[in-house]
Amino acid sequence: MARIDSLALDGVTRRFGAHAALSDLNLEIAGGEFIALLGPSGCGKSTALNCLAGLLPLTSGSIRLDGHRIDHLPPERRGFGMVFQNYALFPHLTVRANIGFGLKMAGVPKADAATRVERALDLVHLTDQARKRPGQLSGGQQQRVAIARAVVLEPRLVLMDEPLSNLDAKLRLEMRTEIRRLHQSLGLTTVYVTHDQEEALSLADRLVLLKDGRVQQTGTGEDVYLHPANRYVASFMGYRNMLTLPVLDADREQAVLAVGGERLTGRNRGSVGAGQRATAALRPEDITVTTAPGGLRAAVEVVEYHGREMVVQGRLKDGQEVHFTTPERLAPGDDVRLTAPEHRVLVFAEGPS
Amino acid sequence: MTAGGGRKDVALRHRLAERGIDRTLWLLLPGVAFLVVLFCYPFAYGLGLSFQPKEGGGPFANYRTFFSDPYLRETVWITLRLAVPAALINVLASVPVAFRTRGRFRGRRTVTTLLVIPVTLGTVLTAEGLLGYLGPAGWFNKALLEIGLIDQPLELVHNYWGVLASLLITGFPFAYLLTLSYLTGIDPSLEQAAATLGAGWWQRFRTITLPLLTPGLAITFCLTFVLAYSVFPSAQLVGDPRGSTHVISIEAYDAAFKQFDYSLGSAIAMIMALVMLAVVALVLVWRSTFYRGATGGKG
Repeated sequence: MARIDSLALDGVTRRFGAHAALSDLNLEIAGGEFIALLGPSGCGKSTALNCLAGLLPLTSGSIRLDGHRIDHLPPERRGFGMVFQNYALFPHLTVRANIGFGLKMAGVPKADAATRVERALDLVHLTDQARKRPGQLSGGQQQRVAIARAVVLEPRLVLMDEPLSNLDAKLRLEMRTEIRRLHQSLGLTTVYVTHDQEEALSLADRLVLLKDGRVQQTGTGEDVYLHPANRYVASFMGYRNMLTLPVLDADREQAVLAVGGERLTGRNRGSVGAGQRATAALRPEDITVTTAPGGLRAAVEVVEYHGREMVVQGRLKDGQEVHFTTPERLAPGDDVRLTAPEHRVLVFAEGPS
Repeated sequence: MTAGGGRKDVALRHRLAERGIDRTLWLLLPGVAFLVVLFCYPFAYGLGLSFQPKEGGGPFANYRTFFSDPYLRETVWITLRLAVPAALINVLASVPVAFRTRGRFRGRRTVTTLLVIPVTLGTVLTAEGLLGYLGPAGWFNKALLEIGLIDQPLELVHNYWGVLASLLITGFPFAYLLTLSYLTGIDPSLEQAAATLGAGWWQRFRTITLPLLTPGLAITFCLTFVLAYSVFPSAQLVGDPRGSTHVISIEAYDAAFKQFDYSLGSAIAMIMALVMLAVVALVLVWRSTFYRGATGGKG
């Protein structure tokens, strides 16, 4: 395995006409790392991947692999493996020929290529399907062919463009584990594009959150999950409650917000001051229903049964919607009191993040 | 209709559907009738007529006449010598042009319109243009004479080359439009995938695009070949209709409308149809050795 030491993206920018699909992406990837580019559609994550693959030229910036510039190289000379969202399997070739395509292009001797293809087939459990054409396979099998085809060359870097988005929920979970297993057992360096925060958290060593072509936050899953850098990242990472509230009192650490006549205390993440309006970000699962006095009063409106717990939508006294989970059997119309630990309430400055 | 009647109707439709009968297909009936009246009947009539020679001599007399006369027999090969190269050149030329014009670029519509315009000209106007441009006193020869490349005008019309040029001008737009639609049906991510796997542009074309495109090119070849094989006006106007471009349709026309021997004319038309069918069948058999499924990337 030609393991890389580092891949450095420096000010990578791609414009389409006046529209900047990707602006000033700076990222240093270490060998063996699993990086997820995360964001909604149109955030620039696929553009970044295509720039890395060489399928899109950069408008400005540079990409260096172990110190050598590679951004001027065409895709066929970069030696990266890529898994496409629609798999892009060659429909006229058998599974075996699909996987062996790259080896043939590289001029690997036939006997050697054959053993490597067999090993790759074994790796993705497709030895029995080797003679079939892609059209005769299920979605999950096609997906595994696409992965085998990309990794059989033992590429320096594997790029994956939402490879699980066309699969059903159960298969997606299985393939997720499979991808992580391959990454570890082959010692790959992987850049993975997805819009699914759960997928990114479970797979990646580090996440890069993008919005409108700009990086919002780079960090480990825990960083991004527990310490979102701004309102946008928070809302993307599962902080479903974004309450806009006036600030009663604030210092560097804490902010106290008013909800109707009640109070909500949280961590001051946006250097907000008293008298301003701020956004309190809260995960539904961090809210608990309490019988003790204090807390925020809310009226239950919608109750969804989710097995172990209920997902409830309620309305606070100031009229804002609030989402929370509880094991208690609530019914629409019930009045409840809600609390959340102070360190789980993140207070950001109001307005565009 | 009452509610009860409606239910019965639905039930009948379901019963028919279970036997694989779709009543909506009856709407095809007028079209089928049209085809029978305007194609099948004349064809059968012509076939029958060809076995009833004017001068008698048994049902195959017309066919014997055609194949025993070298002047008539030759027309099969003369026409093939025009139609096969014309169709081949059109198909081969359409591939790079379609390749270049498949993506999005400024002025794409203008370029494709210009490429397709010759279809609207018709063979007569094309022939007139060729006579004026490629004739002994045409611009082309004049220009070559002026710059001293030649000292005798080239003979480019009233021979094989004039007709071939005409077939290329009128046939290319068809070939181009067909090839373009086949080419745009191939998912571009297939070529991108091949590139990330280390294939250069020629390898990508040879191993991915060409094999997926070939079935389409075979169909394109068949259609342009059939068009070219029935060449008539340009063989008369810019060709040498008694010599090198003595094509088979000229002989069919002469027999039917100059000698008023409809029977012989029909026989020649049948021979023409047979030759075309044979070539098309050959190409389709070859085509069947290729992958002909979806080319959309997901297999």
